Amino acid sequence: MALKDKSMLIDPLVDNNPITLQVLGICSALAVTSSLKVALVMAIAVTLVTAFSNFFISLIRNQIPSSVRIIIQMVIIASLVILVDQVLKAYFFEISKTLAVFVGLIITNCIVMGRAEAYAMKNPPIPSFLDGIGNGLGYGLILMLVGTIRELFGSGSLFGVQILETVNNGGWYVPNGMLLLPPSSFFVIGLLIWAFRTWKPAQVEKRDFKIMESEGSH
Amino acid sequence: MEGLVSLFVKAIFIENLALSFFLGMCTFLAVSKKVETALGLGISVVVVQAITIPVNNLLYNTLLNEGALAWAGLPEVDLRFLALISFIGVIAAIVQILEMVLDKYVPSLYNALGIFLPLITVNCAIMGGSLFMMERDYNFAEASVYGVSSGLGWALAITAMAGVREKLKYSDVPDGLQGLGITFITAGLMAMGFMAFSGVKL
Repeated sequence: MALKDKSMLIDPLVDNNPITLQVLGICSALAVTSSLKVALVMAIAVTLVTAFSNFFISLIRNQIPSSVRIIIQMVIIASLVILVDQVLKAYFFEISKTLAVFVGLIITNCIVMGRAEAYAMKNPPIPSFLDGIGNGLGYGLILMLVGTIRELFGSGSLFGVQILETVNNGGWYVPNGMLLLPPSSFFVIGLLIWAFRTWKPAQVEKRDFKIMESEGSH
Repeated sequence: MEGLVSLFVKAIFIENLALSFFLGMCTFLAVSKKVETALGLGISVVVVQAITIPVNNLLYNTLLNEGALAWAGLPEVDLRFLALISFIGVIAAIVQILEMVLDKYVPSLYNALGIFLPLITVNCAIMGGSLFMMERDYNFAEASVYGVSSGLGWALAITAMAGVREKLKYSDVPDGLQGLGITFITAGLMAMGFMAFSGVKL
């Protein structure tokens, strides 16, 4: 694999992550991460949809009149999402019940739209496909990280397998119920962003205002 | 009637689209730097939501739902799998029409909302509202009430968020948390605040 192709897959993982840097696709990242299994299915679904929508949009990019491009992108994305939805309903019914409306919301997931508009409209199909996979993986990475933290500390298990024996089952671990509640995902992602940016200081945003040093402080 | 009032309150506070279902988060985080713009976006969401949810409801119940085509002599047809694509089509079309109507007849409002209207097509709060309507089998009256109230709830959340962020920019935030990070944590605290409503029984 050429160096450029490789970097297209790796870049969106940390250096140009869709969630922590491009602020795309946050809705579902927050809502589906309370258990790891659901997060994994969601990550796979989004990666597939992003990759294939990028591929197909890029194939016909020269035929799309720019005034109606959003509608055309929408139709392609929506058809792919319907496929994913039907497959999930047929083979993973339980998970599709848990995901509920969030599968449908992949259509409006800004990662899919954003990559179609920013990348696939200007580049040939194969690189667009790789770009889609890369961004899907970057999204999946955050989803899995948040899912791991929330499920491990919230209910003491990973993929439904008990890791930390909880007090209710005669073990020692007192589960932190707050991590299973929706607001905790905000905190977890916020702290993840902090960690990412401490690791890669180039991603730190500029301040709007400088804090003045108060007089006499040393 | 009583049911509709409680649905109204529930959709604004208890089941707030932004803070308990995290819908429309992208715009929620990106456009909440100033109260004015947040309010403009909030109002456009209320308008679009109030139109699209009842329209999608009609579409769903007369064409797509299982057995809905009985009036056309096709009682066995089930087109529910087409719901996703037809909803997004309706939303895109209505946003487009709204944009043209406002441009023609209310140019002042059009200028105020201008840039936000096209953005709304890809706002998950709008799509989410329609999907919730479908999942919960609302009838037309419920759908109309739900449209207005869920939009109001979202507008309330983004305006409050913008208010907090306007003050926040003067505070001394650690470097790595600057910007997006602290916004997430603020939103988390607000979501916890809104959870206090979840004890309200209607």
